Amino acid sequence: MNLFKKKNYIPIGRTMPKREETAHEPEQQQETPAIPDGMWVKCRFCGGLIYKKEMDEFQICPKCGGHFRISAAERLAITCDEGSFEEFDANMVAKNPMDYPDYDKLLEKIRDKSGLKDGVLTGLCRINGYKTVIAVMDSNFMMGSMGSVVGEKITRAIEKATQLKLPIVIFTCSGGARMQEGIISLMQMAKTSAAVRKHNDAGLLYVTVATDPTTGGVSASFANLGDIILAEPKAIMGFAGRRVIEGTINEKLPDDFQTAEFQLSHGFVDKIVNRRDMKDALTTIFKLHNIKKGEEGNE
Amino acid sequence: MSNASEVLLKARMVSRPTSLEFIEKIFDDFFELHGDRHFEDDKAMVGGIASLDGMPVTVIGIQKGHTVKENVERRFGSPNPDGYRKVVRLMKQAEKFHRPVIQFINTSGAYPGKGAEERGQGEAIARCLYESSGLKTPVISIFIGEGGSGGAIAMAAGDRVWMLENGMYAVLSPEGFASILWRDPSRSGEAAELMKLTAQDLIKNGVIEKIIPEPEEGLENNLEFTTNIIKEELKKELAVLCVKPYDELLEERYQRFRKYGEFEE
Repeated sequence: MNLFKKKNYIPIGRTMPKREETAHEPEQQQETPAIPDGMWVKCRFCGGLIYKKEMDEFQICPKCGGHFRISAAERLAITCDEGSFEEFDANMVAKNPMDYPDYDKLLEKIRDKSGLKDGVLTGLCRINGYKTVIAVMDSNFMMGSMGSVVGEKITRAIEKATQLKLPIVIFTCSGGARMQEGIISLMQMAKTSAAVRKHNDAGLLYVTVATDPTTGGVSASFANLGDIILAEPKAIMGFAGRRVIEGTINEKLPDDFQTAEFQLSHGFVDKIVNRRDMKDALTTIFKLHNIKKGEEGNE
Repeated sequence: MSNASEVLLKARMVSRPTSLEFIEKIFDDFFELHGDRHFEDDKAMVGGIASLDGMPVTVIGIQKGHTVKENVERRFGSPNPDGYRKVVRLMKQAEKFHRPVIQFINTSGAYPGKGAEERGQGEAIARCLYESSGLKTPVISIFIGEGGSGGAIAMAAGDRVWMLENGMYAVLSPEGFASILWRDPSRSGEAAELMKLTAQDLIKNGVIEKIIPEPEEGLENNLEFTTNIIKEELKKELAVLCVKPYDELLEERYQRFRKYGEFEE
């Protein structure tokens, strides 16, 4: 049992990517915790100023416990056993299926700024010894919006898990469909959901971890199809954007609307897990599903 | 006026025939079934069992209205999660009794409401996609007017997707698209041009398999013209789909959606 052993984190060369303001669905326009180069950061949950050195790799506000958005690389570092992550499809990049004006230039700019090729990293890893396929979406790339690359990488990761008879863990973080890729983005919803179905029919485990935000087309496809759905505290999860709903019903929505806590009370989340405890929670779930450890896997 | 804007206008006309009118003309003995067995009967989604020239089928459609009163009741054809759960219920019932499923789509999108979110709009649509992908009976979807966003694809994840000549299908309504990308919903005309949402565009990129013609005098003036074609096409297509072994049917359905995506490696 490695539950209580000291955690090892994989070193990630990438620096914290700069936040990119891009076109995305209105609900995605929440304030992101801009982390300046200075010594202090402002918490977007409590507004408190945090001395940067007080924040560790989990990036949780020491004052209020608010969970800052973290990059996919940072997520992998706190989730996977050191050196265990083997990336799939590392070089896949988007094309411009709709000939959306300047989409190629926009992609190039965001790729440069974020150090990412698109909105998700996928691969094989071990979590406290348990071998699993993992996919982590990244809000720094057009708010994790799902176009061809996100849809294809997620689908391939699920298919790989089915083929290797492994579980899959997906950390979702997305504003929804990638508008610039039009109808092809929408098709990714059916594609990913069908892949989940095959993985499910093979009797394999799929755990969703919803992080802030998990909305739109991603919430209406693979994000809501996990056997077990975990969520980070206060993560926004929902289909339609708050402002769209307020505009439709002409009514102000409560502050906790579409939060992970709201989804828990309405029966759409199994458990809210603090980021510090996430690795242990996943470990317990793997253990209870008799997932094999390390090299006993099927590869 | 350009083609996309023209199509958009026609697809949205209040006089455009609704799913129930198509169902009445194409099928006999339509027997409507109500409710999702979870919460309520969503009036934006209609469904039931019917006969296609003697063959029992399950028919489901997103229902708009012709009057303000009817449209308010039916939320202008924007279903709640209860509507999508009704779809899942009727699809599974169809599977049990080996009936093909015919779906009519006409929506600008799933309803963005408070109750819709409380009852899991995202989960309901996801479940529709998930169940469609493995349903052991043929599923044919027809876009008869508007098709927008997740609320539309939830019912277009089967074996064949067809569209009326003046139908449309897009990732989001042109207004929503313009407001997200340019923060200006008034540029919806420009968005419509860019979005490649017409039947002609969609058949080119393989999103739909067939375009169903509409009469020159307008669909509302001669619905039989189009429903007769749909009826014949359905009979032809189902004759092919209904004799396929399930694993072949399901694998072809999987590959139908698996192919979408443009990327470089």
